[in-house]
Amino acid sequence: MTGPVREGPALTTQGLDWLHDLGPDHDIVVSTRVRLARNIQGFSFSTQATSGERETLLRRAREAAEATDVLGTVDLWEMSELAASDRTLLLERHLVSRELIGGADGDAPRGSALALGSRKALGLMINEEDHLRLQTLRGGFQLVTAWRDVDQLDEELGSRLPFAFHHEFGFLTSCPTNVGTGLRASVLIHLPGLVLTKQIHKVLEGMGQLGLTYRGLYGEGSKIVGNFFQVSNQTTLGKTEEDLIDQLESLVARVIGYEKQARSVLLREAPNVLEDKVWRAYGILCNARSLPFEEMMNLLSGVRLGVSLKLLKSPSVEMISRVMIHAQTAHLERAARRRLDETDADVFRAQYVREALAADSGSEDEETGEGWVRPSGDAT
Amino acid sequence: MDCENCGERDAEITLTEIENDEMRTVHLCSTCAALKGVSVEGAGAPPIADLLAHLGGGGDEESFGSDADACDYCGTEAREFRKTGRLGCPQCYAQFAEQLRALLRRVHGASQHMGKVYVSSAVDADDAETRLATLKRRLERAVEIEDFESAADLRDQIHTLSGTTS
Repeated sequence: MTGPVREGPALTTQGLDWLHDLGPDHDIVVSTRVRLARNIQGFSFSTQATSGERETLLRRAREAAEATDVLGTVDLWEMSELAASDRTLLLERHLVSRELIGGADGDAPRGSALALGSRKALGLMINEEDHLRLQTLRGGFQLVTAWRDVDQLDEELGSRLPFAFHHEFGFLTSCPTNVGTGLRASVLIHLPGLVLTKQIHKVLEGMGQLGLTYRGLYGEGSKIVGNFFQVSNQTTLGKTEEDLIDQLESLVARVIGYEKQARSVLLREAPNVLEDKVWRAYGILCNARSLPFEEMMNLLSGVRLGVSLKLLKSPSVEMISRVMIHAQTAHLERAARRRLDETDADVFRAQYVREALAADSGSEDEETGEGWVRPSGDAT
Repeated sequence: MDCENCGERDAEITLTEIENDEMRTVHLCSTCAALKGVSVEGAGAPPIADLLAHLGGGGDEESFGSDADACDYCGTEAREFRKTGRLGCPQCYAQFAEQLRALLRRVHGASQHMGKVYVSSAVDADDAETRLATLKRRLERAVEIEDFESAADLRDQIHTLSGTTS
């Protein structure tokens, strides 16, 4: 069903559907995203486009998005009309890129916008590095379904907008690293077992040789925190979309296998060390009064591992994912209703995490009378 | 932030190394990262620009056209592409096709698209607007390079097309 476009609605929980649908293999894979780069024939690429061209592109993309079935009701935010903190909020949800929102303090580029459908965080960035970046985000390891959603959006938009396509080079993009399919599929994967058993280097190297690349939590140029790696296809040309998806899927499935193996080795060979790490992490998160983001991520990594291995009964994986989103600075500022400097943000973060973990263990308590599994060494 | 290796250029790449179970993070400029053998694909423009520089063998202008070679439509010059790694418009691909093939083979291991084939059904509906935008671009370019004969011709075409659409 097609729906109207709602202009710049208040930001609430948009794009966070995936938190309620953790998806397959969520003990190891946090989320899956797929994006397609598309440009419109007859216009310069974004870096060269005049402001008139950008406005025209925005109007046409908006009309095309409005007419699609797959998006339903479309919410649209023009970046230049959002407060800087709201733009960062969208960035923290991985709904927009740094390029789309412009510099941290400066004005957002005119005509840059995010259009979001009513489900599955399916939508498009407009006037990004490419005219359109179609994208979706899902919980867990769901490459094929994510690809199908984006593919359907591509078909619908492509029937309304003349995409720039070349018989030899495929879909044309501003940067030749994206040309061809324009497809970048990525999986945010948690690999503490491989890091602790010192095998991560080998695995990453192997992935590199097989055409995959990895980045940190926020994509390009961001650092690895909390043992979370964003793994994606490196090339976009010379293979079909299905082959690219299949290849990433089978390689990530193998990495999941290695990670499971590493975790069981740790459980078998060093159970006390592992339990200690997990419980210390949980203890600090439950008690800290000031918590920098990176430290929180490293501790959450330990807790996530503990929950996956059933060393901890709470918090739930869902709560951990929720905290990873909501304890980022722009989200904390939103809850605090004011700007936070770094020191304040760390204090707010600690408080948010303490309350979130207490609430989650509280609900467990009601059901089981016990918020956690007693450490195994404790019984004797 | 400055590169932690050379201290001269801006750090653009965050390299995480794992050594003896310790994760260590260094911030490097793209040049130092490349010297350390780090694949910097995806880190934006510099790697492509580096590749182009290598393809061109430094000052050798054969591999990616001479610096002054420019796209007929948007006027993007080979020199700009070398620097930024970004093309100016879809037509640049046709303009620089031969040089791009070599680059794409290096970057992707192939230069022939194998994925979805796109046949635009949208072109008819929006044809006039698209053609008009293209013509205006070409006109600007023609004026810029003082090709007044083409400019006059393009102005006529724009006039005709605007007449039919308004």
